[in-house]
Amino acid sequence: MTLSLSKDTIQVLKEQDVVFLKNRVKETAVKIKMGLVNQTRLLTACSELVRNMMRYANGGACVIEVVSSGRNNGVRLTFSDKGPGIPDISAAMQDGFSTGKSLGLGLPGTKRLVNEFDLKSKVGEGTVITIIKWANG
Amino acid sequence: MDKIPILRMGAFLLVTIQVDLYDRLALNLEADLVQMVNKTSAKGVLIDISAVSIVDSFMGRIIGNIASMSKILDAETVVVGMQPAVAITLIELGLPLKGVHTALDMEKGMNLLKSMIDLTGVDADEDQSDDDFITE
Repeated sequence: MTLSLSKDTIQVLKEQDVVFLKNRVKETAVKIKMGLVNQTRLLTACSELVRNMMRYANGGACVIEVVSSGRNNGVRLTFSDKGPGIPDISAAMQDGFSTGKSLGLGLPGTKRLVNEFDLKSKVGEGTVITIIKWANG
Repeated sequence: MDKIPILRMGAFLLVTIQVDLYDRLALNLEADLVQMVNKTSAKGVLIDISAVSIVDSFMGRIIGNIASMSKILDAETVVVGMQPAVAITLIELGLPLKGVHTALDMEKGMNLLKSMIDLTGVDADEDQSDDDFITE
């Protein structure tokens, strides 16, 4: 079972908000004594997801939580937007698939960097992506 | 607006990235650097990323772009000082930065650049030394 220990919601609408969000995520990761490599993985994942949110949905919100499961602590990030949604999730999760002009590594790459990855999307309503990175996972 | 300085040292351009890149800054760097290569007819570009703690797929693409664009303009690019955690993340992300030369630190990067450029610039150097000889 995963318990949430603290919760912090950040609205991301402008480019400055992205920098602020990354700093808050980093602070949270440092607070639970996450190792440097895992911190880098988490921040890179955060960077990918927040870029998607800005590019495809003109921004959204990110919830930063410290979660605990047994003896393990971790950071859970929930990105939610009210963008166009993803019509074909299994295609979006494949390496090299992109509807924009990018490399198409964002979603599948992010999944490889974190411990838990959950994507829910409805066309026309928006997308919610939840990731968890454990401090020693 | 922030700007990343590009320094010229002989036939090389040096770029030291001291801040965490955000998208617009990286795009500006790409444009500035390619223009500088053209303006100074530089033969090599050395990019120091030792202070960069995150390279995501976008930044990785920009670095790859800079290398390929410089290549077309006849300049080699070497990226130096990548943090180990960044290397791990890049590979897991699926971005092996093919076609970009790397070196552990500034000194090794400089040597790599020199060795790459010497190979192609041998003729020009010989011509110059001949001229010197005659004038003396």
